[in-house]
Amino acid sequence: MDARTSILPLELSGVSFTAGGQRLIKDISATFEAGPRTIIVGPNGAGKSLFLRLCHGLIKPDAGQVLWNGGGDATPHQAMVFQRPVMLRRSAAANVDYALHLKGLPRNERRELVAEALARTGLSRFARSPARVLSFGEQQRLALARTWALNPQVLFLDEPTASLDPAATHSVEEIISAFHDAGTKIVMTTHDLGQARRLGDEVLFIYRGRILERAPVDRFFTAPENDLAQAFIKGELLWWRRGEGAEENEDREEGE
Amino acid sequence: MTDIGNAFIQAFELVVGLDPDLAEIVLLSLKVSLLAVFLATAIGLPLGAAVALFRFPGRGGVIVLLNALMGLPPVVVGLVVYLTLSRAGPLGVFGLLFTPTAMIIAQVLLVTPIIAALTRQVIEDLWSEYEEQLRSLGAGPARAVPALLWDGRYTLLTTVLAGFGRASAEVGAVMMVGGNIDHVTRVMTTAIALEVSKGDLALALGLGVILIVLSGTVNAAAFMLKEAAIRKHG
Repeated sequence: MDARTSILPLELSGVSFTAGGQRLIKDISATFEAGPRTIIVGPNGAGKSLFLRLCHGLIKPDAGQVLWNGGGDATPHQAMVFQRPVMLRRSAAANVDYALHLKGLPRNERRELVAEALARTGLSRFARSPARVLSFGEQQRLALARTWALNPQVLFLDEPTASLDPAATHSVEEIISAFHDAGTKIVMTTHDLGQARRLGDEVLFIYRGRILERAPVDRFFTAPENDLAQAFIKGELLWWRRGEGAEENEDREEGE
Repeated sequence: MTDIGNAFIQAFELVVGLDPDLAEIVLLSLKVSLLAVFLATAIGLPLGAAVALFRFPGRGGVIVLLNALMGLPPVVVGLVVYLTLSRAGPLGVFGLLFTPTAMIIAQVLLVTPIIAALTRQVIEDLWSEYEEQLRSLGAGPARAVPALLWDGRYTLLTTVLAGFGRASAEVGAVMMVGGNIDHVTRVMTTAIALEVSKGDLALALGLGVILIVLSGTVNAAAFMLKEAAIRKHG
């Protein structure tokens, strides 16, 4: 993106997260380098969103470490877009401005960045509209505009198009591609396997709190190695029909 | 029946003719209640926001206490302020008993818990909606306070008006600590109580009508403001 020191690679080692007595993320280790867009897939409740939140730093792991380039503070250089955009009760432009204000930018520098971010996301004509009366798709684009202005090195997206119609999905995907073209590392969860093919360079398959497969997108969709991943891309309801097989699979993993 | 009819006519004349005694009482009422609500807001908003956003030992107890204090009986507050400000009391040296200041103090004590308790609820609900997003943008609870208060501004206005309603309608506390002294501490509610017991229904009715019109206007304005805001901001 520019000559700044990179916060990547992001390295997770032995990361676990427990809530309500249940281990929801189990001993995950993974490394993310700059460049390839990583798409995370897996059934509901697999731990995809938790995994993103652990990477982003919204929640702290109970065990293990999340390290950015060996251990610096990466918070200002990474951002997240949520499934449901949360907009403050002020204008679209003011919402973008607020994010920059929190980052500590002086007012005169903010104005130009706000205008540019709104233009990049096609929202210039809504600049003065109250953010909360925009349509859901426009609000999601505004969430991306807010992130664009922050100019992050890494962008996490948690099912950003889960409740959007095809047209809105298309424009959100275009913006995500623009982020990638500008050099931002994309890490995104989705339930839309077509979207995973369109946007992904590599796929991470998470099941019951573990990464069961990580492969380049072509190989993942043509020849996944893991049998659960095979079932998943075929659309089999593996979390109950293959319940027992999954347990066996876990045991095998744990034995390794 | 004719007495009441005559009282209504006289009351109407007093209001329309801007009777100086009546005007003095109304103005003092407004001054006391508005100042009390202003001070209670200055204390209650930050207090409510702090209880909503920060975790500390005894937080649950503070929330229960604030909610319980919303229903504080005015006469008890009056009694406590009376004892505190009376000559023998801890703040007796200031000679504040039976002054408008004493009435303001009593009303601040009555209104602050209402504003603080309702603010806590409003801010806590907003924070649960905004928390992930604001934390992601780099704002913890402390930095988020201005944005939360601003986003809750219309609901918080209703909260402040609830406080104003309590302050302007309250009679027990201001009667005890103000003493209902003519031209000094006589406000609408205490005057109504006095005039009714004296049998001067005209003045009592006139004041009653003004009190109701006042609270009706204030609440109608708040309602319309909030409706407009919801249409505008969603």
